[in-house]
Amino acid sequence: MTEIVKALNVRMKFKAVEALTDVSLGVAPGEQVALLGHNGAGKTTLFRLILGFIKPTAGSISIAGFTPGSDAARRVVSYLPEQVAFPKMLTGREVVRFYARLKGAAPGDVQAVLDKVELVEAADRRVDTYSKGMRQRLGLAQALVGNPRLLLLDEPTSGLDPLSRQHFYELIADVSRRGCSVLLSSHGLSELEARTDRVAILRKGRLVADGPLAELQHQADLPIRIRVRAASGAVDTVHAEIGGGRINCASVELYCARRDKMRILSKISGLGAQVEDVDVASPTLDEVYRYFSNNGIEQTRRGDIQCTA
Amino acid sequence: MHGVITIAATEIRIGLRNRWIILSSLILLAFALILVLLGSAPGGEVKTDAVTVVVASLSTLSVYLVPLIALLLAFDAIAGEIDRGTLQLVLASPVSRGAVLVGKFLGHVAVLAIAVSFGYGIAGLVAFFASGGGDAVALIGVGRLIASSIILGATFIAIGYIASASVRQTGTAAALAIAIWLFAVVLFDLALLGGLLASQDGVFARVVFPWLLVFNPADAFRLYNMSAIDAVVVGSNLGGAGSALPLSGLATMLSPVAWTAITLGLSTFILKRVRP
Repeated sequence: MTEIVKALNVRMKFKAVEALTDVSLGVAPGEQVALLGHNGAGKTTLFRLILGFIKPTAGSISIAGFTPGSDAARRVVSYLPEQVAFPKMLTGREVVRFYARLKGAAPGDVQAVLDKVELVEAADRRVDTYSKGMRQRLGLAQALVGNPRLLLLDEPTSGLDPLSRQHFYELIADVSRRGCSVLLSSHGLSELEARTDRVAILRKGRLVADGPLAELQHQADLPIRIRVRAASGAVDTVHAEIGGGRINCASVELYCARRDKMRILSKISGLGAQVEDVDVASPTLDEVYRYFSNNGIEQTRRGDIQCTA
Repeated sequence: MHGVITIAATEIRIGLRNRWIILSSLILLAFALILVLLGSAPGGEVKTDAVTVVVASLSTLSVYLVPLIALLLAFDAIAGEIDRGTLQLVLASPVSRGAVLVGKFLGHVAVLAIAVSFGYGIAGLVAFFASGGGDAVALIGVGRLIASSIILGATFIAIGYIASASVRQTGTAAALAIAIWLFAVVLFDLALLGGLLASQDGVFARVVFPWLLVFNPADAFRLYNMSAIDAVVVGSNLGGAGSALPLSGLATMLSPVAWTAITLGLSTFILKRVRP
């Protein structure tokens, strides 16, 4: 099966800055890929290349086998920019109908997508009465109309409250179950709530990670935090036994590599009644993201607190 | 073609919805009615050619107001849509950039046409009935004024698109549009007048001046309307300077038509190079 997006060694140089350097990325049909990176990491540049608004300085991109920006490619892709302000005076239905006509979609599609994003009741109200979440859903409706094969969503959930965000991802999951590929960008991993098949991370125009979330977590191999609360008076014994650092007069905290985790835990359990509680925390998604997007600075800092067990 | 109609229809809808059409109609109507009332005052009695006098005053009004309304409609067309992110959406859909511009053009011309027809139409009828009916032929003059005003408006809409497509900020586009208006309808004529006064030998007046006059679409519009009206009744101004005009009668309207075609082509060319 041909990939919907196939970018090979793409380099994009604007006058003074190199926005993308040697980026290769593929999106398979029906796959959900999250593109992460700081502001200015090159996410939007990659989107503009995929849309054919700009041409790469070097390398190649194809959209389902077509040149980006060609009529055939534009029939494949649907786009939702990070910020879009639809004409305030139009109703939601008029906005969706406008884009449906431009894309040559069937008239019945308008009602179907409004239904899907749950805007049917508000469809005949003017856009300036919509809440932020509703506007974002309207943007998604506009992108969904005409059954695109690739959805390109630029930071679709930034500024949404957690509930709207969750709802938004449910909608996207539903769309991708029907075979539509989704490439979306986001600020951080925690925003995604582990919902995408694959995560690609851009740092200063370079692709520094590309794989399923579990694989990235494994690859980063960030230390695991173990926090032990000692029984009263036993904190010194516990500290002497397992090392780490004392965070107050009752608890000891230490970081260790994944492979050392079981060894340390068995040692802690060997302390018996001297330990009151143990809390084990795996690295959060944010920490994994920071590891890749900051080139492991985080890990270096963590390395100071060595596991001395 | 489908895209052109969709875009044009949406522009008209927005024009109606945001009260652009009603507002510009009322402005034109208000100015026109003032001229109608003033026009009938000096003579003391209303003559049969009252409508013709009004048409003459209105065509002078048009030279200032219609380009202004047209530029205000047009300056936001590209720069504003880039600002709001909607142009990116339109360009991401399978519609050619030429179709986008033509669609907007047709929509904006329709908006302007409605406003001009409404404003001048009512003023013309008021003048007609205020003068006690009279010659119905004079009403043809009103129709001619409306039609030529729409052509003049179309020209400045197309010129406005160049401003809108050349800059990225809406504010800059607005400033550019006002500058174009100021130059085309005020400074240009002042410069010509200065040239006439300065040229002692009369070469400028005989050779260069007529061409420059026709070159400016706003002046060409004025020439056409003045020449269409019985010059004896109204008393002519610039056109009757004794210089042979390179174009006369309906042919003077070739100037705004040519301007429209060229600037529309040019703004399409610029839009094709825009990287949203």
